[in-house]
Amino acid sequence: MTNHKLPITNQNITLRVEGLKKYFPVRRGFFQRTAGWIKAVDGIDLDIEPGKTLALVGESGCGKSTVAKVILRLIEPDEGKLIYKGNDIVNLSHKKMKHLRKEMQIVFQDPFGSLNPRMTVGQTIEEGLRGMDLSKRERRDRRDELLEMVGISAISSDRYPHEFSGGQRQRVGVARALSVSPSLIICDEPVSALDVSIQAQIINLLKDLQDRLGLSYLFISHDLNVVGYLSDKVAVMYLGHIMEYANTEELFETPLHPYTLALLSAVPVAEPDKRLELKSLSGDVPSPLDPPPGCKFQGRCPQVEERCREEEIGFARVSEDHLVRCWKVGGR
Amino acid sequence: MTNTQQTLESPLAPKQTRLEELWELFRQNRLAILGLIIFLFFLITAIIGVILTSGQDPVFDPAMIRLQEKLLPPLTRPNIETLQPAEIPTLGIYLLGTDDLGRDVFSRMLQGAWVSLTVGFVAVGISVLVGIFMGGIAGYFGQGHLRYDQIIISCVLITGGILLALGTTYTGVGLLVAGHIYIFFSIFSKKILARRTLPKWFNLLHRGAISIDTIIMRAVDIMLCFPTFFLILTVVALLPASMYNIMIVIGLTSWMGTTRFVRAEFLSLREQDFVTAAKALGVGHFRIIFRHMMPNAIAPVLVSSTIGIAMAILTEAGLSFLGFGVPPPHATWGNILSDGKRFIFDAPWLTFIPGIAILIVVLCFNLFGEGLRDALNPKLREKG
Repeated sequence: MTNHKLPITNQNITLRVEGLKKYFPVRRGFFQRTAGWIKAVDGIDLDIEPGKTLALVGESGCGKSTVAKVILRLIEPDEGKLIYKGNDIVNLSHKKMKHLRKEMQIVFQDPFGSLNPRMTVGQTIEEGLRGMDLSKRERRDRRDELLEMVGISAISSDRYPHEFSGGQRQRVGVARALSVSPSLIICDEPVSALDVSIQAQIINLLKDLQDRLGLSYLFISHDLNVVGYLSDKVAVMYLGHIMEYANTEELFETPLHPYTLALLSAVPVAEPDKRLELKSLSGDVPSPLDPPPGCKFQGRCPQVEERCREEEIGFARVSEDHLVRCWKVGGR
Repeated sequence: MTNTQQTLESPLAPKQTRLEELWELFRQNRLAILGLIIFLFFLITAIIGVILTSGQDPVFDPAMIRLQEKLLPPLTRPNIETLQPAEIPTLGIYLLGTDDLGRDVFSRMLQGAWVSLTVGFVAVGISVLVGIFMGGIAGYFGQGHLRYDQIIISCVLITGGILLALGTTYTGVGLLVAGHIYIFFSIFSKKILARRTLPKWFNLLHRGAISIDTIIMRAVDIMLCFPTFFLILTVVALLPASMYNIMIVIGLTSWMGTTRFVRAEFLSLREQDFVTAAKALGVGHFRIIFRHMMPNAIAPVLVSSTIGIAMAILTEAGLSFLGFGVPPPHATWGNILSDGKRFIFDAPWLTFIPGIAILIVVLCFNLFGEGLRDALNPKLREKG
């Protein structure tokens, strides 16, 4: 069985995730005995390159957001390595982690829950600036600069979040993430809660900021259109596993995993003639509490065969940057 | 570059702070406004009262005994010929009558107002502080587990302390020293033994035994099991009678509701994205609790505390009525009522005046509290 690691194309990598696992215990009964484990993230590898965007795509409940929280160490991983600029950060003490927090930030999905309703947006942004050695004046200037950077006029810094629209709040969320000058921003579905027109604004903002500040993004999404526009590489995730990993163009042109095919065929296409054959999936994502042995996708795969039900599969390497977790690929 | 140039100029809502918005909603509730007005009146009366009735030579002397003038009804003029000049009431009239010792009920009510006010506020202050502290810990750190060794060591230390206090010096000191040695040992061994495998029984000691949340919430349940008033009666009977003891006892027996409120709020707030964002920014626990979460959790506590003040005033009046309250020379509404009950047919004003005063103040706090609750209710906000 081939179990390729990720292609090491670039040694200079912002964040490398290796074999990351996070299981949540399910407790039942009076004594809170552990009745089982939810394998939210079950051994994933990712590489995020400087100045590039890696998209993490998948259905809801497949563990995308858990990956985000584990990378930020808001949840402790059970297994695996997080190598940030050459250093493993999984075992860092909380003190050392505090410095590292300035390097990685997160933008949330829900623009309503992500800002403290009792703090003005200025205060919200200044929370990030507090840790730095700035005078009050410098802090104010930086705050105004950040607000202008995301396209909100600095006069509104003394206003409360409820006075802003969803798109504006999301901009404030981006400004807060930028306040500590991070090099990696994890965008956890930053546009899924917004109108399409606003989505475009936020995505352009993110792209513009990436060009200007050289940020790396881990862009978590279920919207393949957005992903195709924004990202350099895509990792398709299903039930805690990466199913396919490729450059964006390659993935969109020659998708190989049946799950990726199904996802792509579900994307609405503007040209009616060019429509792919609709391969809608039947059934639901199986419970991560009791995942099937073998391939995690077997229950819904149109091309399922005997060995999918029995053996765990590793990645097959199709080209330099294209990995697929399927028996049918790579002539195995 | 295209994006940053299109700086959002979409109109913002007119500037209005949350407080203004709250006042706007609160103002629509007439009864709540009435409650607020009475409350302010009561507050001013109590403050003026304490100034005018205390000191060496008070303007209104609540302790001045005039036996020849006893049990006069309200609005009676004093009989100037039989009184010393110093004994004549300041207003020249017994506004609320006199009691069985000829003391001016108006002065006594003024003095009692201060007692009710401070007991109400201090007792609720104590209960809110304890409640916020306990609820905050249960809500924020509640998922943490105390380990078996921590429980055993705290039992050892407490037993040692008790033995020491009881006079069993050697055993007590021995236990205390053993406890501290273990604490030092476990702090240092963390670094030394981090990678080494430990014997099985030792690992068992390090297993989580019980969550902090469970401990605090079961303590709340236990406290709620006692009928509060009788618990207070027992404690007050053991302690020397004083105003401060009563405040503390009432405060320490009424923190459970606040704890539950704050815990519930914290449990939901903890999962909110803005708290996660603060953690990701590296904000400390202390600041997250007090700067980020507490302002969002405080509203329901505020509401319950206004009603709590009414409860505390009632409890104090009840204690004074039963003779367990503030010691006698000092007047409180409760002991005026208690003294007056013997003369309820001869001098009904002695019971009715403090009774009605208590009724009005308690009612005003309840109305105010309910008005505040309605104004803070987000569902109402949408309608308005």
